Amino acid sequence: MALEARSKMAITKLHDMHTRRRSRNVGLGLALGAFVVLLLGLTVVKVTVLDPSIAAQEAGY
Amino acid sequence: MTDATIILDDNHEAGFGDYFALLKPRVMSLVVFTAFAGLIVAPGGIHPFLGFFAILCIAIGGGASGALNMWYDSDIDMVMKRTKSRPIPAGKVTRGEALGLGLTLSAFSVVMLYLATNWVAAALLAFTIFFYAVVYTMWLKRATPQNIVIGGASGALPPMIGWAAVTGDITLSSVLMFMLIFMWTPPHFWSLALFMNADYDKAKVPMLTVTHGKRSTRNHILVYTILLAGFAAAMFATPLAGWCYLVVAVVMNAAFLRGAVVLWKRNEDEAEADNYKAERAFFKLSLAYTFLHFMALMADKALFAYGIGGPF
Repeated sequence: MALEARSKMAITKLHDMHTRRRSRNVGLGLALGAFVVLLLGLTVVKVTVLDPSIAAQEAGY
Repeated sequence: MTDATIILDDNHEAGFGDYFALLKPRVMSLVVFTAFAGLIVAPGGIHPFLGFFAILCIAIGGGASGALNMWYDSDIDMVMKRTKSRPIPAGKVTRGEALGLGLTLSAFSVVMLYLATNWVAAALLAFTIFFYAVVYTMWLKRATPQNIVIGGASGALPPMIGWAAVTGDITLSSVLMFMLIFMWTPPHFWSLALFMNADYDKAKVPMLTVTHGKRSTRNHILVYTILLAGFAAAMFATPLAGWCYLVVAVVMNAAFLRGAVVLWKRNEDEAEADNYKAERAFFKLSLAYTFLHFMALMADKALFAYGIGGPF
């Protein structure tokens, strides 16, 4: 009974709306993914550039 | 939710491309190019990733101001042939969506540019967005035929932002790069207005061609082109200009001045007889003008790095 109720709740049918909004959803997903990658890159660069030990190492101390 | 609430009109379902079109990608490409040039020619250096990130923020900020412009100007866009296929007049995106996207991306781009570089670059970007969306779009565009002269400042700021992203300051060199685009904007847009006059007239946008006529516009183009040549020459007072810039500045300013004189000498009968051939050619030349000047500055920077040539 519970299993039947759960299967009724699940989104299993592809509605026309999903098809029409595919490009928007995929585009937004990719944009958010790119944002995460960019933030990671920014963090790595900032930490590397601002890390005094790395800066000292590069300067030969 | 009932079935009735999810019945959507196919004509009003916007795709990702429609939202992207709100950011005026073609204008964005000029913003990216000039900001990149400012960043490259700036003294010192910036981590390549931070440079890329800064350019991305400037592009998004420029795009955000484009979305705000489309939100406010949707009534004008609806009647102009050149703009009536934009997402809002075409009924693909609502005005509210454009406003939301514009405001969100404005805040996002300024904050991210500050985090990646410095407050001077972020403040200049914020000022650019404000100037384009509020000063130009909401105020000048519908109020004065000098709209594109003053409003052109927002399009001229990207190289200064690129420069500031590296150096954190504003100098004579970056101001002259600003002036190069600022003085170039009026002849560029007025030459376009000469052969797109009917569009602006219909939309009741007080372009110089509409308020003062085409004779006056031709005079203005000539005066601004002479002033532009002066600012292009002033670049030799900075450490940015080398041999490449010298060649480009001489050739392009001579060609641009010649083109402006040709437009100035023509009357409407001549222009209509050949379907504004000279005006269209001048408009195309104006695109090459900016591109080549900034390319030359970057080329000189590269040559200086290899010890070839040097500032005058």
